[in-house]
Amino acid sequence: MDSLALDDEILLKIEKPARYIGKEINSVVKRSESVDIRMAMCFPDVYEIGMSHLGIQILYDMFNSWEDTWCERVYSPWPDLDRIMREEEIPLFGLESQEPVKYLDFLGITLQYEMCYTNILQVLDLSGIPLLAKDRGESDPIVMGGGPCSYNPEPIADFFDFFYIGEGEIRYREILDIYKENKKTGGGRVDFLRKICSLQGIYVPRFYDVTYCEDGRIVSMAPNIPEAPERITKNIVTDFDGVPYPLKPVVPFIKCTQDRVVLEIQRGCIRGCRFCQAGQLYRPVREKNVDRLKAYATEMLKNTGYDEITLSSLSSSDYSELQELVDFLIEDCGEKKVNISLPSLRIDSFSLDVMSKVQDVKKSSLTFAPEAGSQRLRNVINKGLTEEDILRGAGLAFEGGWTRVKLYFMLGLPTETKEDIQGIGDLANKIAMVFFDTVPKEKRREPVQIVASTSFFIPKPFTPFQWAPMCSAEEFLDKAHETKQGIMSQLNQKRIKYNWHEADVSVLEGVFARGDRRVAQVILKAYEKGCMFDAWSEYYDNALWMEAFEECGVSIDFYNTRTREKDEIFPWDILDCGVSREHLWREWEKAQREIISPNCRMECSGCGAAKYGCGVCVEEKRTSE
Amino acid sequence: MSERIKVRVKFSKHGALKFIGHLDIMRYFQKAFRRSGIDIAYTEGFSPHPVMSFAAPLGVGLESDGEYLDVELNAPADMAEIKEKLNEQMAEGMEVLSAVVLPEKSKSAMASVAAAGYYIAFRNEFAPPCGWQEAIEKFLEKDRIMVKKQTKKSMMEIDLRPAIYDFRLSSYREKDCLYLMVNASSAGNVKPGMVVEALFQEMEIPFDPAWSAVTREDTYLNRGTEEKPLFVPMDESDKGLQ
Repeated sequence: MDSLALDDEILLKIEKPARYIGKEINSVVKRSESVDIRMAMCFPDVYEIGMSHLGIQILYDMFNSWEDTWCERVYSPWPDLDRIMREEEIPLFGLESQEPVKYLDFLGITLQYEMCYTNILQVLDLSGIPLLAKDRGESDPIVMGGGPCSYNPEPIADFFDFFYIGEGEIRYREILDIYKENKKTGGGRVDFLRKICSLQGIYVPRFYDVTYCEDGRIVSMAPNIPEAPERITKNIVTDFDGVPYPLKPVVPFIKCTQDRVVLEIQRGCIRGCRFCQAGQLYRPVREKNVDRLKAYATEMLKNTGYDEITLSSLSSSDYSELQELVDFLIEDCGEKKVNISLPSLRIDSFSLDVMSKVQDVKKSSLTFAPEAGSQRLRNVINKGLTEEDILRGAGLAFEGGWTRVKLYFMLGLPTETKEDIQGIGDLANKIAMVFFDTVPKEKRREPVQIVASTSFFIPKPFTPFQWAPMCSAEEFLDKAHETKQGIMSQLNQKRIKYNWHEADVSVLEGVFARGDRRVAQVILKAYEKGCMFDAWSEYYDNALWMEAFEECGVSIDFYNTRTREKDEIFPWDILDCGVSREHLWREWEKAQREIISPNCRMECSGCGAAKYGCGVCVEEKRTSE
Repeated sequence: MSERIKVRVKFSKHGALKFIGHLDIMRYFQKAFRRSGIDIAYTEGFSPHPVMSFAAPLGVGLESDGEYLDVELNAPADMAEIKEKLNEQMAEGMEVLSAVVLPEKSKSAMASVAAAGYYIAFRNEFAPPCGWQEAIEKFLEKDRIMVKKQTKKSMMEIDLRPAIYDFRLSSYREKDCLYLMVNASSAGNVKPGMVVEALFQEMEIPFDPAWSAVTREDTYLNRGTEEKPLFVPMDESDKGLQ
């Protein structure tokens, strides 16, 4: 029996030791002598969160399908183990081999949300890898980053050797071949980085110099070696049906956030909501063939033993073969006693019919995401959901027996007024009215319950709102207070519950989202002060962060509340996500004029992603039937 | 429905898998059965789940050579094949040791557990024998062995003595150790660590559970009476009835 990295005494002392032992069904163990390249893919958060992430499962499966490569997994040790590992100087290890990460060739870290940034440093630190890329030596693993937050890698650029921009299925084989070749010819880590920096989608921060003007804005970002390109274009899967998919995903022993088969039905989104970063980054939308998906579903259920399956995509209602797929799943899964959990669908008679078949109406609630309280503001953000749609959907749902409705909104959107905020309460109230109008008194099984939740709007790179100023924490809280007042003033206020988030974390997320290289020192400082697991409210310490900003002399307002000019050079302008800056500016102007844009299937708005020649951009335009 | 059969599966749990808790082991077996393609019976309703019952929950950190679970199959099947199919789905450290058909009216695994045997090995400096024989004898001579037990609601005092059925020196995998057999019924379950801790207290030695390595030897039914128990392993009770 292979030994574990942690001895029994430690494992019995900590919470959920199963997070650290590996050995899960479908995990891959290879002999280290039989491979040329060893790597670990890391999700810098606790196991149960990291194991729920589809992207790492895709890459893990792809890497391990290559004979010369062994890819392991690594997650952030929870604070209880973190403390012990520091005290006893136990190096962080890969789950499969239980051997130190430090001895591997690569450490890949996925960047799914900004609030994991201090956990990147935790993982590096526990591994015994220097936190700054410039301090690493020949024996240290090459540290690479990818995922949505790598579309503005600058605040964490100092910690990474390179970033892989775009979809992971494309460029890694080439990278690993270059790595092997470089090693064979006696090249070092900088030689390797020089060799890969010209590949599509590869950003090596150390090969770029940034200059700033006196007021802090960027003057230029330019390569400092001839091999490095002026601009880095994302990698994208153009043959979406042709890329591998993990049909034997790792099945954790302990319950994880995503504890089911995940079927990715499409990538990208046709909608173009102006606040949404994912909707821009993954353009153009590409669908998977429905017959392929049916076969995948069957195979994956057989290989994992899961009793539940879910669909993964942005705006699943837009998948063109949804009806056929769902009908198949209902029939096939029903036979196998497999539950279907549907991602949020647009509420209409089709989705309600489907939902009534797969879930217990009495126990479930319906979700609408109007995002803004008024039609005016919904036009600004290009959320193509009208009040009429919502009320009609709610009416149908109440007729179908549902009594619970969840509503999601954002506060602090560009151009927001008091009337827009008042609209949140008004809309919730109207939905309650629909219930009383639709369901006769004798049929009211239980009272209608409406839960309105607000999050704070954070402008993200590569969205039309990248130019927009963000609210301060005080402004956010005032808006939440106003929303609360607005709801309290409603006739049916007793039937409406209101939730909102803390504002401090949003402010920090704003800085990381649109920050530049100078933010890295703040992250480092905060980590040194003990910040970690910032995405977990019980561990988030705003006072320490404010100290760190203060001590580094970095201004939060410079990144968040300032209005950016049309021509300002943004830290992420060195990257090309496929959508042109001209398009984003056009959308920003249309937003301010409250004009909506059609979705990709209705009409092309010339965003630039058509250059990839795939997905919706090359679909035959559907004519109305 | 009449074609359904009840099956009792015996399995072992070793190595790293000792850190997987009872609820997760239940979920693990549900998935293993699904992967194996064995046609097990499910409950009705929106979220059907397998009709499955586990004998006695095993604490995190304990290994075992004698764990049991009952399932219902929709149709009669060859037990050797069931065992083989399940073993193809086991993670390293788990092994299915046997599968037997239960009589139609038999009580569920959980309801029929009476006792469990444990091998308790110690880290070198605490390894028996070093006056252990004597200490155990003295320990067992006591009329009452009162210990504090933390329940969900409160701290209560219980008497361990009547729950101890056997306690002696033994060996496991060629290593000296203690053997302990205690009540493992759902009403009177005693954790082996509680007994060991009480023994250490009696010997006036401080105790840390991390010093010991506990392996459950087997789980038992009582085929005798309460006064005159006759303990048999849970898969032997119905030999000859198949």
